[in-house]
Amino acid sequence: MAFTVDPLHQFQITPVYPLPEIMGVDMTITNSAMWMLLSVGVCFLFFALAMRKKAVVPGRMQSLAEMIYQFADGILDENAGHNAKKFFPFILTLFLFILFMNLCGMLPYSFTPTSHIIVTFGMALFVFACITLIAIIKQGPVGFVKHFFPEGVPLLILPLVALIEIVSYFARPFSLAIRLAANMGAGHTLMKVIAAFVLPLGVFGIAPMAFLVFMTGFEIFVAILQAYVFTMLACIYLGEALADHH
Amino acid sequence: MEPIVAAADPVAIKYIGMGLVALGMAGAAIGVGIIFGNAASGVARNPGAQGQIQKMAILGTVFAEFMGLLSFVLGIMIMIKL
Repeated sequence: MAFTVDPLHQFQITPVYPLPEIMGVDMTITNSAMWMLLSVGVCFLFFALAMRKKAVVPGRMQSLAEMIYQFADGILDENAGHNAKKFFPFILTLFLFILFMNLCGMLPYSFTPTSHIIVTFGMALFVFACITLIAIIKQGPVGFVKHFFPEGVPLLILPLVALIEIVSYFARPFSLAIRLAANMGAGHTLMKVIAAFVLPLGVFGIAPMAFLVFMTGFEIFVAILQAYVFTMLACIYLGEALADHH
Repeated sequence: MEPIVAAADPVAIKYIGMGLVALGMAGAAIGVGIIFGNAASGVARNPGAQGQIQKMAILGTVFAEFMGLLSFVLGIMIMIKL
């Protein structure tokens, strides 16, 4: 009995519903786009259902929705300060979008859009561009450039320090994107690799099966943690952009 | 003595490279061990600061883990591109 296993098959993108090109952009709905839309739909449905009653004493669904809201509010408040309050809708949207995409990927036979680096890089680049723009508007072009030349550094090593600062600043979208995509991709690949051991081992397959149950729980934890980390880093960068150094 | 590398199959060398990339996990493992070890000793010294230490430990783990995951990405890149 030979089992052919391809742990990376789950990341293949296949067209689901072909649509014509619009202005040179292929608008075909792929499984990635489908699961992205689905996670947005699930998120919308969950909040619409949970907040339907708007009770003063919340029920189970409503308190879960309120907990998620307060969690995102806490991330923003702790890392970006009080004057970042007006960016809360963006931060909540970012958190929920990543969270629901990660969690929908845990369903059997599903597809995880966040395991593809281009999806996460798109989000990271958007966050990075917005925050850079906010920093330039808030601190002025001179104040923004001054960030790369810290005060109190001897003139001799200032060029080196500035170079390191600039590189580490522009590496941010890459590190954000690769962190999320690699975490989701590695976890799902590992689960498929372990799942391939279950059937060929016969009765002893119970051991990888038990480990797989544990891994599934751990992956759900990682899905929530990575959404938290992405949002938190975005908040830290936002807090840096908003802080005035006068 | 004949050079071994020239005689070997390029596909074999590719797989050897993929195996070597897995060594990158060692660094991430050491980092995560140091972080949680220090977090445990920090909580033992000051149990009152447990919440804050836990948060920082998780954040540090994420950064350390990222370095291990980079090796995973490199392995995948070697597998797909060559």
